Amino acid sequence: MSASHVISSERAAGEGGGRILRYTLSERVHHWVAAFTYIYCLITGLAFWSPYMYWLAALVGGGPTARFWHPWFGLAFAVSVLWMYKMWHRDMNITDADRRWSKAMKYYIKNEDEELPPEGRFNYGQKLFFWVMFYGILLLLISGIGLWFVESIPWSLRWLRYLAVTVHVAAALATIGAFIIHVYMGTAMVRGGFTSIIRGEVSTAWAKTHHRLWYDEVTKGRSPETRSPER
Amino acid sequence: MSQATLAIRRISGHAGPPPGEDVERDYQVCKLIDTTTCIGCKACEVACLEWNGYSFTDTVFDNSYQTMPSTAWNYWNLIKFNEHEREDGSITLLMRKDQCMHCADPGCLAACPADGAIVQYTNGIVDFQQQNCIGCGYCVSGCPFDIPKFNPATKKMFKCTLCVDRVSEGLEPACIKSCPTGCLHFGSKEDMSYLAETRAKQLRENYGIEKAGVYDPAGVGGTGVIYVLHDVTNPEAYGGLPKDPHIPWVVRFWKGPAKWIGNLAMLGGILGVTLHYLRFGPKQVHEPRDGNGGQL
Repeated sequence: MSASHVISSERAAGEGGGRILRYTLSERVHHWVAAFTYIYCLITGLAFWSPYMYWLAALVGGGPTARFWHPWFGLAFAVSVLWMYKMWHRDMNITDADRRWSKAMKYYIKNEDEELPPEGRFNYGQKLFFWVMFYGILLLLISGIGLWFVESIPWSLRWLRYLAVTVHVAAALATIGAFIIHVYMGTAMVRGGFTSIIRGEVSTAWAKTHHRLWYDEVTKGRSPETRSPER
Repeated sequence: MSQATLAIRRISGHAGPPPGEDVERDYQVCKLIDTTTCIGCKACEVACLEWNGYSFTDTVFDNSYQTMPSTAWNYWNLIKFNEHEREDGSITLLMRKDQCMHCADPGCLAACPADGAIVQYTNGIVDFQQQNCIGCGYCVSGCPFDIPKFNPATKKMFKCTLCVDRVSEGLEPACIKSCPTGCLHFGSKEDMSYLAETRAKQLRENYGIEKAGVYDPAGVGGTGVIYVLHDVTNPEAYGGLPKDPHIPWVVRFWKGPAKWIGNLAMLGGILGVTLHYLRFGPKQVHEPRDGNGGQL
């Protein structure tokens, strides 16, 4: 099915089927602040990671500029993730529904969604992504401060310098792995996901298919057609 | 040395070998510091500041002759004083001129991510190129001697250059020039090693200093600065000279296998999601077209 077909079918849903608010404006803003700051750190971090990717620093003004801003964007990313934690951590608790879903994850991967048990607002995979990013940024923040002020770590405690390097690299690679999957799923794999984080809405059919328990909860006692889209 | 590029290897239409062939000796330069004849006068500290254009900074008094605890971005050469208690209970003042060691296998260079920020010349001098430095401080983690220092104003790293600007013009480094006792020597690595070993032998045989020896650590491939020590078995006593310095294994792993593992993992991730898309495609939700409220 071509992309244009998807868009037209969504338009049809907008006219016929109901729309449900999935992400509030505040949630969307936080998501994109985190996204832009993370991508900045990713580009500059990869430049420092390998000489073969050092050219990436040129995209953001050259090596010294990249080095100057990397920690500040990292701090901004950390703040935005902590903000997301405040906003979402209750939604991100692993539930029994998640445990059932995780056992059937292979059906999700194979796009055999009809075999999957129903999920809440976020499925187990999304929650896993959230927690990888949350603990990842905590490690990146602590080790990053060590790298930022490396000379302040006394020579007698130089093992901390080496630990900071190791932790920063390991945590960055873990978040990059999660990020690749997240971007793939959000843009290419799960159709409708990308528009939901931009405009905030999903169709009722989408909500029912992917997040049945959440759909039941938000439409409890009201008919989906009468639920007016909020922004 | 700059003249090395003009040395002739082959010559056209010339009877006999190129003039000057095989008369050149080892171009690896080396500074020899004989701690047994150092008097701690700090003339080398002053000469270093003067030649490199830095003014004297505030000193820190800690009940010793120590000028300040460690070298700084604008103070590349520092004598480390240590009141050392001998085995028989008597006291001796150990003095060691501390600066960049110009390792044959430099940890700073291995750790540096910036293209051309650290170079090692063919004569062995390890030099920071501040115009390429991004000020990340990775060299601080790479150095086994705690030498590179950060200038917060310019956000660049600095250290001893072994006076590469003097050496390339055929002059000896400023510190060597200033030494009043002749405890500092400069020349080829071969000559300095010979001189150092001869001096150590003299100390052992003529003065009964049995543990005298040469500090030229193999862990970093040898250094462009070597010491004669009264007790080569205890270099730590000389203001913390490491016994077996080497590039930290973390830095080696980070700049070696970790690169491959990380890059393959990232590539694998991108390949994996691409293959997934080609095999399974997107998740479509079949939207109702009859306006019945999203019934599938």
